[in-house]
Amino acid sequence: MTPPDYFSRDRRWHPPAFTPDYKTSVSRSPRLPLLSLENTASEITGPTFAPTDIAECDNDLLTNFARDGGSPVGERILLHGRVLDENARPVPNTLVEIWQANASGRYRHKKDGYLGALDPNFGGCGRVLTDDNGAYAFRTVKPGAYPWRNGINDWRPAHIHVSVFGSAFAQRLITQLYFEGDPLIARCPIVSTIPDPVAVQQLIARLDMNETRPLDLIAYRFDIVLRGRRSTMFENRMEGN
Amino acid sequence: MTSLKETPSQTAGPYVHIGLAPGAAGFDIYETELGQDIAGPEAKGQRIRIEGQVLDGTGAPLKDVLLEVWQANAKGIYAHRETPQPEGKPQQVEAGFRGWGRVISDFDTGDWQFETVKPGPVHGRGGQMMAPHINLWIVARGINVGLNTRLYFEEEHEANGNDPVLKLIEQTARRSTLLARRQGQADTDTAETPLVYRFDIHLQGPDETVFFDI
Repeated sequence: MTPPDYFSRDRRWHPPAFTPDYKTSVSRSPRLPLLSLENTASEITGPTFAPTDIAECDNDLLTNFARDGGSPVGERILLHGRVLDENARPVPNTLVEIWQANASGRYRHKKDGYLGALDPNFGGCGRVLTDDNGAYAFRTVKPGAYPWRNGINDWRPAHIHVSVFGSAFAQRLITQLYFEGDPLIARCPIVSTIPDPVAVQQLIARLDMNETRPLDLIAYRFDIVLRGRRSTMFENRMEGN
Repeated sequence: MTSLKETPSQTAGPYVHIGLAPGAAGFDIYETELGQDIAGPEAKGQRIRIEGQVLDGTGAPLKDVLLEVWQANAKGIYAHRETPQPEGKPQQVEAGFRGWGRVISDFDTGDWQFETVKPGPVHGRGGQMMAPHINLWIVARGINVGLNTRLYFEEEHEANGNDPVLKLIEQTARRSTLLARRQGQADTDTAETPLVYRFDIHLQGPDETVFFDI
């Protein structure tokens, strides 16, 4: 039996390729239409990961680069959520990777020359596998805003980059999460590549007082939705129906 | 039934290496970086090396691009439970074969390369065979949604001519944008010496690569 196809991607929900207010997209956007493919084995398969691929502490950015009991500067946060598909089913055992600037808005990257200070105790990356319920969690610090050369006075809102695999190459996704209440979100040319304001709301991590740890860290919740797939036909129990 | 919308994509930005290849960003943090060995030492078949650049609309190479590779082994089997089982009995990939890898460009030149084995033909839809190909996913600063494409091999004339995906490309001249070109001499063909192919990806312009909505 042929495995079920993934739902086609809603291209009106994602940013288009050509978004002139985000200047770098102008010369890096394909101009011809994408060729629509029906799913084949090449799209419904994809890389899988096991606990042996990563270390247990890889999801703790408060300690995974810190020296000798040191700790990064900044607002300590718990970032957590679930990876679901469009049928609202959990996506277990999938790799979630994040990267971010430190609390002063500086990246630990040899190409970042921003004035903000590097933090000797902060690397800025983490990775984790989702559990059986699709849940994931990271400890980190809230990143700072930083300026970038787009407009002469453009600032990126505080954000964390998120990479997710899902179960199939067709589900591969990279996005960025923002923080509830940040006034820079509405001014950001990269956020504004997304045409639908409702879709933008899906990228905003919400303050979560229930998971906030008193006298320790503030929690934000960010759920990630990957493409769903159609039901398997001709089974007693129609999946997802 | 509950229905959700897919999380919208955002650009990977110029510092994608921090998250996905921190060694290239200039620091050591993980015990193992993922995606560094696509085929593994046990994989059978012809060893190949692919060299290329990703070029923007002005013809300049991207120096901050990251590509992910996804491919079947020399028998056309993916390292995944939903790989087609053509013989009717479960077939497995060689130990260590992942078929997945991460490739980044040189920060000064934009050149990238990766080594693997040449994949075999893969079962497509409706019993048709797909010519040997490598699936690629491309992210970078300025790319709002990761781009999907495929790399085929120029010498596979017959298989390429019957490939159901290549045949979908109406503008036949554009099919060649998906062909990797053999470099060097044919007499170096041994399983141990990698065959070298050139594959440049053009994001726009007269040679714009065919990208897919998968």
